[in-house]
Order: sequence, then structure tokens, then C-alpha cells
Amino acid sequence: MTATMLGGPATRQARPAPPEPAKSVVGQVAKALLLGLTIAIAVWAAFPLIENEIWIGLAILVVTTAALLYLYLTPRHVPLKYLAPGTILLILFQVFPVLYTASTAFTNFGDGHRGSKQEAVVAIQTASVTQVPGSQQYALTVATTGDPATGPLVFLVTDPATRQVSAGNADGLKGLPAGEVTVGSTGRITAASGYTILNAGQASRRSAEITALAVPTKGGAIRSSGLSRAYEGKAGRAFDERCDCIRDTTTGQTWTANEKVGAFVAADGDRLAQGWRVSVGLSNFTRVLTDSAIATPFLRTLVWNFAFALASTGGTFVLGLLLAMALHSPRVRGRTAYRVLLVLPYAMPSFAMLLVWRDMFNTDFGLINNLFGSDVDWFGGSASARLAVILVQLWLGYPYMFLVATGALQAIPRELSEASRIDGASAWGGFRRITLPLLMVALTPLLISSFAFNFNNFNAIYLTTEGAPFPADNPANGATDLLITYTYRIAFGGGGAQYGYAAAISIFIFLIVAVVSAISFRRTRHLEEVHA
Amino acid sequence: MNKTAASLAAALTCALALSGCGSSDSPSAGEKAEPKTNGELVIWADDKRSAALKPFADKFGAENGVTVKVQAISKDQQTTFVTASQQGSGPDVMVGAHDWIGNLVQNGAVDPVQLSPDQTNGLNPNALKAVTFNGQTYGVPYAMENLALIRNTDLAPKAPATIEDLITEATKAKTPEKLCLQVGQNGDAYHLYPLYSSAGGYLFGTSANGDYDPKDLGVGKPGSVKAFQKIATLGEKGDKALKRSITPENSIATFTAKKCAFLVSGPWAITDVKKANIKYDISPVPGFAGGQPARPFLGVQTFYVASKGKNKALAQEFVTNYVTTPELAVALYEAEPRPPALTAAFDQVKGKDADLEKFVTAGKDGLPLPAVPEMAAIWDPFGKAEAAIVGGADPVKTITAAGKTISAAIK
Repeated sequence: MTATMLGGPATRQARPAPPEPAKSVVGQVAKALLLGLTIAIAVWAAFPLIENEIWIGLAILVVTTAALLYLYLTPRHVPLKYLAPGTILLILFQVFPVLYTASTAFTNFGDGHRGSKQEAVVAIQTASVTQVPGSQQYALTVATTGDPATGPLVFLVTDPATRQVSAGNADGLKGLPAGEVTVGSTGRITAASGYTILNAGQASRRSAEITALAVPTKGGAIRSSGLSRAYEGKAGRAFDERCDCIRDTTTGQTWTANEKVGAFVAADGDRLAQGWRVSVGLSNFTRVLTDSAIATPFLRTLVWNFAFALASTGGTFVLGLLLAMALHSPRVRGRTAYRVLLVLPYAMPSFAMLLVWRDMFNTDFGLINNLFGSDVDWFGGSASARLAVILVQLWLGYPYMFLVATGALQAIPRELSEASRIDGASAWGGFRRITLPLLMVALTPLLISSFAFNFNNFNAIYLTTEGAPFPADNPANGATDLLITYTYRIAFGGGGAQYGYAAAISIFIFLIVAVVSAISFRRTRHLEEVHA
Repeated sequence: MNKTAASLAAALTCALALSGCGSSDSPSAGEKAEPKTNGELVIWADDKRSAALKPFADKFGAENGVTVKVQAISKDQQTTFVTASQQGSGPDVMVGAHDWIGNLVQNGAVDPVQLSPDQTNGLNPNALKAVTFNGQTYGVPYAMENLALIRNTDLAPKAPATIEDLITEATKAKTPEKLCLQVGQNGDAYHLYPLYSSAGGYLFGTSANGDYDPKDLGVGKPGSVKAFQKIATLGEKGDKALKRSITPENSIATFTAKKCAFLVSGPWAITDVKKANIKYDISPVPGFAGGQPARPFLGVQTFYVASKGKNKALAQEFVTNYVTTPELAVALYEAEPRPPALTAAFDQVKGKDADLEKFVTAGKDGLPLPAVPEMAAIWDPFGKAEAAIVGGADPVKTITAAGKTISAAIK
């Protein structure tokens, strides 16, 4: 740290003063265009916000746009001009998702609890409408007494048995004299005096009103079933505001709203399937900590997870570095060709490659057993399955390490290792004391990010072993399961999707990775201080 | 980088960021305006079926003076549908499997349909039963599918009556594998179910009205233990008829490569079998000698009316009054040969395709795949228990643990 600070002012003085570019016409025009684009996009984004009455969002949009315009039109605040884009992106793509995840973790958001209570009530009532036993189906024509787009809707229905035609609206059904209507061959009314018949296009524009219209009858109500048929239906369940409950219209049984669980629950504990999203406080977090299905195999999974991430990162690094060094030597002929060949696995989609590797490890039909004439049940035993996934990671990951190591090696002046050799250091000594430390300064941050990535490398497991092998007494946790695949199975495998619970788990995993990364970066800073 | 360039880059980034902000804040941008412009029906289906649906959708649109859009959803149709519905960007009509119903209902994603007696009489009763959930009909079925035993008649001329016969025949045929029934590393409950049911196991009991009762879980009960003890005799430590190395990816390919004489699969396998020029015949999946009949699961492809669609009246019209016509069912059959659920359509195509009748016969004892949401808790633990037992694990311990895991997830 001190070294860089000492070096700072000296280099500053040596560098020529930056040119004054602000006067260039092209620059000015481009600047005006881009700011114009910013305004245009802001205006475009504002309309839906206004339409949906999201005033807070609109306020944020206006303030951000105004601030940006001010920032880039004033000659002052030069550092901020550089910082603003990055900050906005950081907020959008890092801070916002993290906050959203965190807020989800405090809810019961998931299958059966996705929408609002209002939506749940609507769903329960809609699902309970059944045809009145023994009732007729009617041929239906949607009509209006006024303008096709806005006039009051009327259902013109024909009783298939009696051929009696009637007109119905929310007030009820009244018969129409047969002389005033024309009935088509299918039984549908094609014309009626005093009514304008809506064609399908006009009717579909008023779809919501048609679906909502129920013509009351003695046994229930006539509702539409599409645009050409109507039936007499009865809602089996209705929401009662006084008791905040759902009441069964025939048996009288009630299910009372329970805001703690976000569902309608009967006195005997019976729960209606359609629930809603509520805040559940810390219960998702306490469930992670107290659920024995998680707690028992947690330590074992964590240890393997660390081993997997370390082996994947370390293995690819060592292999990549060895290859990079081998090809770094100027004595190797055709270096470019070798390099291209070595990078090939990196160029292939890892998705497809993982599936190909999975099939290569098949006991009876896999390439590996066929090639070596062996009969290893690769994914059947813990040790062989773990070895297999690490081998796959090695193959997929070494080209990346090879690339970055090649780059970093080329940045180290050859004079350094030559000088050390003249001073009497062996090749190994020179590598260990000169090359490797210089490499590590450049590569450690990459190794840390690679570790963090492999720690949560969902695809590597899910597309190969899917966590197998599983012990006979616990089908929920397998030998190659990482925390992320294991918790994915818990959150999404059993009771449908449980996003709230999954969010709580991912916060725990985030904490583990954050701690590991923080410790590693702290150690990296030591390296930089020594060698900078 | 000079200052102008830097500030240009900065301004551009801000513009992009703002546009991201705009679109993320307003998922419903423009949707509110749509109904005003024209009556529009949006249908979601998978790739194959959207292609087959297109001409009929256009015809329906032209007849009714509305625009019909068919959109192909190639992956995770159910999740995509539920999530999009909740956000208000879902379709009006969804095409999918009937066993989604439980989950779609608990998420308020689909509306019941009211079919006339004529319409219900025209449907295969098994298919109609499959789309009935809590006494309501949630969609119109158009095709059915179930497992059957497909055999290479050159290698095995006679259809085996029992699984024991099958093993004798397979041994005589001297193929490298005895039976191509996909198990895979983590099991496959769907393909195992005929054998499991024949050996006396069940998943959920049925309540008085014939619906599945999630409170009566059959996995972990003595019947399931006995069933898996029988299945274990077919496993890698026994007859080697069931092997984990036969996976969903290679089971059909192994059969078409003549490495096994018997394949347990559905109508979707026939295209490949025909392409490989194999002489084949289709018969019911055999059960254990002296056991109960082997019951395959019935899957039913269904048209759903989306609850949160913008044009529900038109969607109801399309699903209840248009999908129930034979022309559409025949076209969908031609896109992928599965037996149509509409009796009239089935009668039309069965003369052309002898396999259809055989698949329907094989599904005679079939059970509709449970549509209760609790079924989600079964697949994974049940499959893993299967894989472990096929690999030689102790059936008692394994299936008891699976039952515990499942009942903990259902609660």
C-alpha cells in the first residue's frame, strides 16, 4: 500500500496533462444524442408507471433522469461522471436483486401462495361454480341494448328443449315473444328487435364483462361458457365479509382466513388449496436452522462442498498453469496450434458437455468403462461419483486457467527469471520465489471468484449425478450434493416451489460464500502489499 | 480514454440502465392497451403442438373475426405458465399435461370448463376422469398416452403374459440386455409404476368419490415394501432385468440397436422404432405371475382456460366448443401419434394406425396420473428409492425412508 502511494505523485508528474477534448463537435453531438436517448427512454418508461399508478417508481425515475442530465451538462463533478454509470448498474443488478431476495425470504411466497387474498377468494369462488344438477345448457348470443362497445350487456338464450327464447341481465331473465327474434339452425338467436347482436370480435373485446355476468335464476345463475353456450351454475362457496371466511353454500361449513399462514382454514384444520402471500417473519430462517432434514447432513454436505470447490479450482489451476508454463517456453514448436487445441473444451457449451460426460460415465454403455474394459459403477459409489464430478470439472475448467495463466506469464519480464538463474537459483527455485508470487498477485482474485463460482456450481452436479448416490435411508441428500443442489431439492422438489424458503436458504449460502471471499481477499491484500 | 469518450460511454450506460429500469418496473407495459385495439386470443403450447395448432387457430380467428396467436413454449411449460399468469403476461389458453391440474388450481391459474352432456359423452371416460379434480372439469382432453410393452418380433415372437415369461424369453433371445425399462441413476417412478402396482403397491389411496386421497400415502406401507422386495429380484443383484445403466436417454436407442428384445415405453417411442426398421408389436406391460394387473399411468394432454387470461370468454369458446371437434384432434394426432381422447377422432384414425388400438388396450387397466399437488413430493424420493433397490439396497430400509421423506414433505 505504502509503495503504491509513494509511486503515485511521481508518475503523475511524469505523465503529460490530459488533452482538452470537450470542444470537439462530434463529441458534443454524440453527447446530445445520448442524453436525448436517456430522456426518450425515461419518457417511454414513465407511461406504464403512470398508467399503473406506481408513483414511487415515477418519482425515482424523474429524480434519476434529472440528476443524470445535471451531472453530464455541468462541467463540475468530474469524478462523479465516471462513477455514476457503475453505481446505477450496481444498484440495478446487485443491490436490487439482493434486497428483493431478502424481502422474499420473509414471506411464504410459493406454490399456493403466489397472489393476493383477493385473488385467492376469486379463485375459490370461480372453482366452486358447478352446473345445477339436472339443469339445461342454453344456446347463447351476447347482445346489447346500446352501443356494441359500451352498451349494457344482455344474454339472449334459447332453451334447447322448449325453444323458449329469453333475454337476461344481472336483474334476471325475461322471456321474449317468439315473433321478435330469429333463431338460427344451431338454436342460437341471430337477430332480435331492440337488441344489437355482438359478433365474436366485439364480444371478445368485452370478455371480462361477459365472464362476470351472471343472470340470476331460481336454482343459481346463468353464466356464459364461451360465446355460444350458457349453463345454469351455482357457486358452491362464497366469501363472507362479516366472518372473513369462505362459506360452503350447501353444507354451511366455514373456512376462516388465517393471515399468519395465508390460507382459509376450517376449525378441523382442513385448509383450502388456494392461499395468498403473507409475511411470515423469521419462520423461513428458523426452519432452515431447525429442520432435521437440513441439520443432520449439513456438515457432511458443507465439507464436501468445500472439497469440491477447492478441488475444482485448485485442480484446474494447477493443470492450467502447468500447461501454460510448458507452452510458455520458446523452445516449443507450434505453440499457437497447441494453445488452440487446449482451449477447445472452453469453447464448447458446458451444458451439453456435462450431459455428454454423464453418459460417458454410464456403467454399461459409457465410453469410459468401454475404453478401459472396466465395470466401475461410477455414480453408484460415493468416492467414485465424487471423483467423476471433479474429473469433469477439471476437463471443463482447465482451459480458462490455462488462458489466464498464459496471459499472466507473458506479463512477467523474462529478465527476472534469467537474473535469478544467473544468481544461482535452480529452475524450481526461480519459479517458486519469482514467477509464482508474481503470478499469484494477478491470479488470486480470479481464483477466489472461481472458488465462489464452483462453491455454487449447480449445473456441474445437477446435469451429471443429480446428487447421486443417495444413501438408502435418506433420499433427500446424496454424496455429491452441494449445498445449492441439496437446498434446491428441498425448496422445489417436495411441496412444489417454495420461493420464500428458497430465498432464506440462499441468504445462508450467500453468507458462507461472503465470509470465505472476504477472508481470501484480505489475504490477497497481504500479497499485494508485499509485491507491489 | 479521453473525457468525451468517457462521458459518452457513461451516458450510454445510464440510458441502458434506465431502459432496464423502465422495463423491470413495468412488466405490464402496453398490455393494458391491448384489449382496446382488437379481440385477441393467445395460446401457449409446446413446439410440436403449436405448429399443429397454427392452422386451426387461424381458422378459428378468421371465423370469429379475432386475432389468434399461438406461441411455442419449449421448456418448463407449467412453471412458465404459472409465473406468467401471476404477473399478468400469461396466455388465454394453455396446452399441457393433466397432472398439472392440482398445482394450477392451488395457484388459481385455471378455470373450470362446463361441458354439455353431448360433449362429455364424446370423450374417452378415462380421459375425462383424469381432468376431473375435486368434482370439477378443468380443461378439455385431446390425447392420451400410457406405457406399453413394445417388443422386437424377430427376437421375441410371442407377447409375454407375465414378467417371468418375459425374462425367460429374453434369456432365450440372448440379447445383451433383458429389458429396456428406463431406471437411470435416480430412478423413474412413471416407468416403474406398472410393475409396482402389479406387485401390490400404490401411491395414494382413493376416497369415496374416486378422487386420490393425499392423506392415505401408500409408499412406506407394508404393501409397498412387499412390492419392492419383488422388484428387487429383477434388479442388478437378481435377474438383471432392471438396471440403473438403462437411462431415459439410452433406453429407446438400446432397443432400436437390437440390444434388447423388450422396451417399456409410450407412443412417443414408435417414431424411432419405425425409423430403425424394426419389426415390432405392442402388448400390455406384463405383471408378476399371480400378482395384480400391471397398471400403467394414464397421461392426458389437455387444453386449459387460463384464469388470468385477458380474453376468458373467447378462451372458453375456443376450448369448450372448438377443441371438442374431431378435425383439430386428428390434426394434433398427425403432429404426434398419440390416441385422441375424442372418441369420434379416435375412430377416424384407428383404421390408419393399428398401434393406437394396441396402446389403448395396454392402458385399459391404467390409472390417471394423480393430479393432486402432493404428487410433486412423490417423484423424487420414490425414484431414488427405486434406483437404490435396483442397485441392491435393502428394500425395507429404503422404502421406509422414502415414505418418511414424502410424508414430511406433504405434512
